[in-house]
Amino acid sequence: MQLIFEKSKQGRGSMMLPACDVPEVILPEELQREKALRLPELSETEISRHYTALAKRAHGVNDGFYPLGSCTMKYNPRIDEEMAALPGFAGIHPLQPAETTAGCRQVLDTAKQYLCEATGMDDITFQPAAGAHGEFTGLLLMKAYHEARGDFNRKKIIIPDAAHGTNPASAVMAGFTVITIPSNEHGCVDLDALRANVGEDTAGLMLTNPNTVGIFDPNILEITDMIHKAGGLNYYDGANFNAIMGVVRPGDMGFDVVHLNLHKTFATPHGGGGPGSGPVACKAILAPYLPASAIQSGQDGTEGKLQLKAFYGNFLVVLRAMTYMLTLGAEGIRSACEGAVLNANYMMKGMQDVYPVAYAGDHCMHEFVLDLEHLKKETGVSALDVAKSLIDNGIHPPTMYFPLIVHEALMFEPTETESRETLDEAIEIMHQLYQMAREDSEQMHHAPHHAQIKRPDEVLAARQPVLRYQWEQA
Amino acid sequence: MGQYIPSTREEQQEMLAAIGAESVAAFFKDVPDSVLLKEPLNLPAGKSELEVRREVEAMSRQNKVFGTILRGAGAYQHYIPSIVKYISAKEEFVTAYTPYQAEMSQGILQSIFEYQTMICELTGMDASNASVYDGASAAAEAVAMCRDRKRTVALVSATTHPDVVATIRTYCYGAGYEMRMVPEKDGRTDAAALAEALTADVCCFYVQQPNFYGNFEDCTALGETVHQAGAKYIMGCNPMALAVMKTPAACGADIAVGEGQPLGMPLAYGGPYLGFMAATSAMTRKLPGRIVGETKDADGNRAYVLTLQAREQHIRREKASSNVCSNQALCALTAAVYMSTMGPEGVRQAAGQSMSKAHYFAQLLAEIPGVTVQNQGAWFHEFVTTLPVAAETVLNALAEQDILGGLPVKEGVLWCVTEVVSKEQLDKAAAVIREVCAACS
Repeated sequence: MQLIFEKSKQGRGSMMLPACDVPEVILPEELQREKALRLPELSETEISRHYTALAKRAHGVNDGFYPLGSCTMKYNPRIDEEMAALPGFAGIHPLQPAETTAGCRQVLDTAKQYLCEATGMDDITFQPAAGAHGEFTGLLLMKAYHEARGDFNRKKIIIPDAAHGTNPASAVMAGFTVITIPSNEHGCVDLDALRANVGEDTAGLMLTNPNTVGIFDPNILEITDMIHKAGGLNYYDGANFNAIMGVVRPGDMGFDVVHLNLHKTFATPHGGGGPGSGPVACKAILAPYLPASAIQSGQDGTEGKLQLKAFYGNFLVVLRAMTYMLTLGAEGIRSACEGAVLNANYMMKGMQDVYPVAYAGDHCMHEFVLDLEHLKKETGVSALDVAKSLIDNGIHPPTMYFPLIVHEALMFEPTETESRETLDEAIEIMHQLYQMAREDSEQMHHAPHHAQIKRPDEVLAARQPVLRYQWEQA
Repeated sequence: MGQYIPSTREEQQEMLAAIGAESVAAFFKDVPDSVLLKEPLNLPAGKSELEVRREVEAMSRQNKVFGTILRGAGAYQHYIPSIVKYISAKEEFVTAYTPYQAEMSQGILQSIFEYQTMICELTGMDASNASVYDGASAAAEAVAMCRDRKRTVALVSATTHPDVVATIRTYCYGAGYEMRMVPEKDGRTDAAALAEALTADVCCFYVQQPNFYGNFEDCTALGETVHQAGAKYIMGCNPMALAVMKTPAACGADIAVGEGQPLGMPLAYGGPYLGFMAATSAMTRKLPGRIVGETKDADGNRAYVLTLQAREQHIRREKASSNVCSNQALCALTAAVYMSTMGPEGVRQAAGQSMSKAHYFAQLLAEIPGVTVQNQGAWFHEFVTTLPVAAETVLNALAEQDILGGLPVKEGVLWCVTEVVSKEQLDKAAAVIREVCAACS
């Protein structure tokens, strides 16, 4: 398909603005743009068709099953979108006087009430724009807390090897040294390894629970207690919060701070990669360090509170999540969690006869990881081949090759918004692929066969980067 | 069983039976009993869609939407063509995740590739990433790109937006390097002070163009000073102004960043907005976040993929230079559709009219006894005035006329005018201010 620049014809376009009704002012020559601005020139019809064609070459939750593990691809309710488009929210300037923004604050207060109750925390900030941004924020709260107590030697953050890659990256951004501890034979925290690494230099622990193999750590209270006794703090990575909401709360499990991914658990859309929202909730001991907006506080920014981005966060995303929570209510929040866990167990059980489950117990939480190592040994068909074959069947592949502790990993997270029929169909397709791996593995090495493209050459893309369109006469 | 859950209670029972579990409680048996919730969360019951709609609409009515907005300071009201909202609401774009699976995400990947190209065109830079959270976090990430073991001090001009300063300060606090401010002189960066501040441990200098007061800085000269000291040069630019002003590339910037909100995003009480980031080819591999590249598929056809992923957290973990994972993809798409719809001439007009109208309004205000326009030299669509009366008195009088006046700052009031405000509205606002000033003095 052509790029929008290749469709452009000089002189085409639409008139969006009236003629200027005041005398024209132009920049002095030395400040003027030195070269003509090249942007597409197209009629509105052509623009509409271009993006409709691009949309047809995309796959969202509304196009089909999307069991991408760790990403909680649940249905994004339409009412949430409609509320976010209300002029009474979309048209509000972030620096309007407080008496003219009571509605926006009511949205944030309501979202705070729901999320603090669901997490068992005392306070919250909505400033972080994504999960990783929330992790960074939470870690900075921990750092500020220790430093305020004159405790400058707590430089280490303990992170299990099954953690999301953002955890160690965020810890380093916050100035900590990462201590990676191995998982035990159940995929959970190895208590001895933890004990051996906890000490006076421990700033805290970052934990995802249930973890990335979909298992709830039964030793959770012992783990958080061990950190607290050493003077550290416990950080809860809320990426998997859909697995526990309404059933158990991080605040009750000994966690001091948690980030939530509103674009996962609270049904706001992922938008092809964002915008998300990663609010951070915390216990009262960390609340004094929560971020603020310098300009809103009338400061110049050189000192004062922490700040992660301008203003108050991705407000319209928070608004969508609030709308979702109002709809669900107390029982609905629990039902969503239970439905997600039920669907995951049903799907796992349905495939377990041919695909071994990593760290298999008799149940999982909201997601599970298939380990295809034996399939690869027997047939040469890898997790990648199976994933790519799913594309030919209209299913978005699960998360591949994560967590790193499982070598041929396929991580499925069906979510609660999928019907039994959808799960049955996916289970059936996975069985067919298992058969195909034995009968026609060559076919699978080249899958997908009916997608928009064949497998792309990623090495070429990285070795000779082409990151923008080049006009013929540059 | 609940909202947005397809399975009926009977189906769920059948599914439990198929699994061999008695109830869902069996799945939560690893949760210690002492912390398992015995009571429902202390929250209201769920509501029907109609009830929720009424409640949220009622909240929206607690806000005041101003008919005329003369306030900017990091959030700008520009005209958003109708088609922009429709295209960015297409459910295939809205409900997709990050395009990890290139074979079924070519549409999203291509849209990001097109966005990257447009950002390169706007800034003149060699490469752009797929976006970060907003202009302030883009600035902080840009500073992080410049730091190394020997150079651990970041210089920031005092003419920078306070939220950008605070965000850079926060990121510096995290990773343990220092931020120092370069003072201003008459509303612009003090060039002599900059030269003095550029010690051997300085990794970069950040300047905002146009700056917080609306003034254009002499970015070419500042850049030369910075480079002479061996430091990197970061410019934070208003993308609308880029349609008419000298590009950061031409000013010698190593990295250009900015707040992309003016390109088709509503004010939305501060977000979601769009952080754009572009760099010279020498610094491309230090860019954080997603980058889309062109390649070929197994049949030799043109294809797009996420590329240069060796920089990123999911590969590098604690060795990654940034933790960025989610970005503002849908906002980047919105900006690309906005730029395509307006076209080069439309964007230039929006920028030119904003500047012209702001100057017209400044002239009206300057004619009011006791009002002084502080800006000297060239400025864009924001300016600062002193007032002969308390700012609050003027702003309240404007609010009564459905006008959101400028932002009170320590130097006076910071006004902003964009192309959506008509001459008639400006005349009316000036008349209100004139009347208040006359009555009070």
